[in-house]
Amino acid sequence: MSTKEKPGWKSLPIAAIIPEPGSSMKYKTGDWRAFRPIIDLEKCTGCLLCWIYCPEPAILQMEKKVKVNYDFCKGCGICAAECPVKAITMAEEGAK
Amino acid sequence: MKKVLGLTGNEAVALAAKQCDVDVVSAYPITPQTIMVEKFSEYVANGEVKTEFINVESEHSAMSACVGASLTGARVFTATASQGLALMHEMMYIASALRCPIVMGVANRALSAPINIHGDHSDMMGSRDCGWIQVYVENSQEAYDSVIQAFKIAEDPEVLLPITVNLDGFIISHCMEGVEVLEDDAVKKFLPERKTDFKIDPDKPLTIGPLCLPDFYFEFKRQQEEAMKNVPSKVKKVGIEFGRLTGRTYDVLHTYHVEDADAAIVCLGSTAGTARAIAEKMRKEGEKVGVVKVMLYRPFPAEEFRNAVKHLKALAVLDRACSPGAPAAPLGSDVKTALYEMEHKPKVFDVIYGLGGRDITPTDIEDIFNCVLQTAETGIIEQPVMFVGVRE
Amino acid sequence: MVKLREMSTEEPFAPGHRLCAGCPESIATRMALKAMRGPTVITQATGCLEVATTIYPYTSWKIPWVHIAFENTAAVASGIEAAFKALEKRGVGKKVDVLSIAGDGGTFDIGIQALSGALERGHDFVFICIDNEAYMNTGIQRSGATPKGAWTTTTPAGTVIPGKPEFKKDLIAICAAHGIEYAATACISYWNDYITKVRKAIEVEGPAVINVLSPCPRGWRFDSSQTIEMGRLAVQTRYFPIYEIENGKYKLNINVIKPKPVEEFLKAQGRFSHLFKPEFRKEIETIQSWVDANWKRILQLCGEAGG
Repeated sequence: MSTKEKPGWKSLPIAAIIPEPGSSMKYKTGDWRAFRPIIDLEKCTGCLLCWIYCPEPAILQMEKKVKVNYDFCKGCGICAAECPVKAITMAEEGAK
Repeated sequence: MKKVLGLTGNEAVALAAKQCDVDVVSAYPITPQTIMVEKFSEYVANGEVKTEFINVESEHSAMSACVGASLTGARVFTATASQGLALMHEMMYIASALRCPIVMGVANRALSAPINIHGDHSDMMGSRDCGWIQVYVENSQEAYDSVIQAFKIAEDPEVLLPITVNLDGFIISHCMEGVEVLEDDAVKKFLPERKTDFKIDPDKPLTIGPLCLPDFYFEFKRQQEEAMKNVPSKVKKVGIEFGRLTGRTYDVLHTYHVEDADAAIVCLGSTAGTARAIAEKMRKEGEKVGVVKVMLYRPFPAEEFRNAVKHLKALAVLDRACSPGAPAAPLGSDVKTALYEMEHKPKVFDVIYGLGGRDITPTDIEDIFNCVLQTAETGIIEQPVMFVGVRE
Repeated sequence: MVKLREMSTEEPFAPGHRLCAGCPESIATRMALKAMRGPTVITQATGCLEVATTIYPYTSWKIPWVHIAFENTAAVASGIEAAFKALEKRGVGKKVDVLSIAGDGGTFDIGIQALSGALERGHDFVFICIDNEAYMNTGIQRSGATPKGAWTTTTPAGTVIPGKPEFKKDLIAICAAHGIEYAATACISYWNDYITKVRKAIEVEGPAVINVLSPCPRGWRFDSSQTIEMGRLAVQTRYFPIYEIENGKYKLNINVIKPKPVEEFLKAQGRFSHLFKPEFRKEIETIQSWVDANWKRILQLCGEAGG
């Protein structure tokens, strides 16, 4: 949307206050990725280290394991580097 | 039964703030404002108020804490002067942009260098663009009255801007006068508890103070401008309401013998008193002179000003501050700009006086009146900007 | 101590922010928020975290959040804390925990006055410094937290002067000198120690300060996947000791019995690469000596053997 099409001063809340908590979730940073983490659920022990270390956060708890939220994952690779059982590999984004 | 107390300007401001039931005071002492802060500390120490008093370590922190406090929905007061005001300059813009209705007493004092602790308007003039409503008072009574009105004006949902009440350093701040004060209940009735829609609230989480890139910043500044436009009518409305309560009605400006004058002095603050006394004397001598005392300086009441002076032949604008390099001093610039669009307008010249607390005497005022009468007669402005009281 | 499984899965800090991939600041923030015990208000300094998480109209914050300026986070927190006390007296208050977050710029340097004032006045709040050892948001300029020898844009690795000549300021000692109940160092790589400390700090009635080491891939020059490893190296080389000071008493939280040489920490980062040139090698020795002396000093203060 070009600047001219955005809301005007009459309709915007005053003082640049953002009333909607967590509205950044509308901005999908997943398209930043050059590499994507792939979790091998067989190896995953559900230790949750990747979950606590994810900067976004883009790792969600799923029953006793974890899954990646690819909408937001920037492909930093911390999860793969920190996984104690090497259950996460970084694959090139878009590769077959 | 009217209650009159002997109060200096500083004491009057402190008392008014006390009666306005402020929640938080965050202030740092600086001459000549110190008594405002000390007096308030006494109220706190004696349990006369429930105010949380934050003895901050600098004026910048004073305004920072005020903004934080104001954003919780609390009623906030502070005070400063001169270097302190200059130090909090960064925060002044933020306070107004975040629409915090903070009231601040400023005991106007000259800015360094050289260091000088006496009264002039250079401190507030240095911050005239920061988006605060700015009121100048003439004496301790007006100081007391203006602080009470200030909260009401600032907290109006169509305004929501911070406001300074300016009193000449030492001249008003330290001068004891008989001040008619209201009963606590009367003030509470006039000024109910502060209510606000937007505030720091865990039940309604807001993000306050985000980054605005070029695609949004401009709109929020436009909003501030609009809020400023709503101010003069609120000042008048509150001024009339206050008049009903006390018999003293306030307005954006006050005129004295202007209706049938040829020439007038325009000024801010305590000088208006001297100007009126001399105008009275000269009137008796047949001179048609008047005085326009501007009370609301920001927003500048351009329309009201034009209406008041449109028939006059000449104006001498007294500025207790200068703007080095500018074509006129601050008040002079605003006056000239306000009059510019008029087809027929009075001749205007600027008089810079009283810097660093240099006294302006009745004789000086008389000379200025004679000068402006001369201009009214001849249509000639000898000097567009003149200095009165400085040794050549 | 806490267990990952027992932690809340609620995320008061939402993704979609524009922090760099691998940024330690969001890790530090997320971890701190896991230690929340109730309604919490954040006061934040200008910096990477502030700028990237609140680009209008997007915000990553799901709890009340206030940013005013760069140097006054602690003063703003003071005002908020006092106001909530005042509102409580008026009968309209709510119980909140005030949590201030600032970078090393907004804490060690421009923010130190406001912090000192707030600590001296004893406001009930927690101040977390996310220490990435430079003014990262404005493009990696040196701060009082930048270590000796580090390249920054204002302490470049030149032919005459190899990076920052001065050593890192001891922030936690400065804070403890105010007589506050709790001050501690922490590192995001040691999440259990850090989160436990944040909770401890929140529970203190009065001010508490935590300096959490936050290795920055952009500013320190290492791959974004190595953020946690870098913090680990910082601690395991004794470069960044992890301890806490409770009512003036020092306690070592992570004892590094067999330290790695600091060279291992330095060589893993591009910001120290110039020190490996023959003409500047002796700087590495100087840094090692400092690390050793500092460790010994900390051990002594903590009453540990070897001090």
